[in-house]
Amino acid sequence: MSDNKNRMDRNKAVPALLGNTDDFLIVAGLAGPAKDVGALTDKAFLFGGAMGGAVAAGLGLALAQPDKKVLCVTGDGDMLMSLGSLATVGVMKPANFSLVCVDNALYQETGGQTSHTGLGVDLAQVAEGCGFAVTRDVTEESQIEEASGLLRQSNGSTFILLRVNDTPSPKGIRNLHATETKTAFREMVLGHR
Amino acid sequence: MSGGGNWRDALYEQLRAEDISIFSYVPDAGHQVLIDRSLADRDVQSVPLSTEQEGVALAAGAHLGGKRSVLLMQSSGVGNCINMLSLIQHGRFPFLTLVSMRGEYGEGNPWQFAMGKAVEPTLNAMGVQCLTASTEDDVEASVRAGLTMAFGAEQSVAVLLSQRLLGAKVFNAR
Repeated sequence: MSDNKNRMDRNKAVPALLGNTDDFLIVAGLAGPAKDVGALTDKAFLFGGAMGGAVAAGLGLALAQPDKKVLCVTGDGDMLMSLGSLATVGVMKPANFSLVCVDNALYQETGGQTSHTGLGVDLAQVAEGCGFAVTRDVTEESQIEEASGLLRQSNGSTFILLRVNDTPSPKGIRNLHATETKTAFREMVLGHR
Repeated sequence: MSGGGNWRDALYEQLRAEDISIFSYVPDAGHQVLIDRSLADRDVQSVPLSTEQEGVALAAGAHLGGKRSVLLMQSSGVGNCINMLSLIQHGRFPFLTLVSMRGEYGEGNPWQFAMGKAVEPTLNAMGVQCLTASTEDDVEASVRAGLTMAFGAEQSVAVLLSQRLLGAKVFNAR
């Protein structure tokens, strides 16, 4: 059984951890994390499908923009579908890449079924084993300030596991047309389509 | 492009001349020269993948950051990419992959045929157009066509490198 009842509320913890979103180029994984990030900024590239792709897309962006800090925000479900992408980040070691896993230990989007992380899988340990330079398992508000700083440092890839309860993500309206969000993102980063 | 068996080096140089600067791959004998050249090239990011679908998402991320990439995979890896190609198709990201074929011309391992035969139908179903190179003379033109379609016209393209070109792996079944 999931033991997430006493955890932090994502609607407080995610904004506190991310801080000023303009410090990063952001890619967010589908469902909850895309809604969390979409409520904070309209400059991120938000997945609405292609589950398991957020980490690799963030890696591609980090390799293409080595002078910018790239942040990938995704969920435990998305990450469990592509654990290998943690290994790929681990071997590439992009110093400008940070990853936040918003871990609510369940599949909220499909009805709240317990995920593997709710059954004991520790993604921070997986990330550490894959070679991330910095990993933190954030379970309390008192840890957020340090973790927020680590997302911004550039001494190696950083992984922050943010353990949250089952409070839903914000219900904002997102642009689900990826041709439009892709183009807007490129115009922001590159100054052209 | 042909002659001397050096088409593989010429292919690498063709991709580099067209600004491909990120090479992602699952290790494969058919792509060995491209992989080794990319690893030795200081101006290239050479990315080993744990599964081919990572390369699909990586290509989209690289495009968001303004870089051109290519995904190198074997035909069996095509099946690992299908749902991730939603990202490419829905977002109309430029996408180029080179697929070293198994399970077709001269194949001796019966396990390879199921996916080998499914490569074109599944890629086509996900909107990826397939071009085939069966001889050394086909390679440069097919890859040039793929580069133009992908990066000039925001299409997704797979260039299939046939075993007729690569040489079928010797496989002795009992």
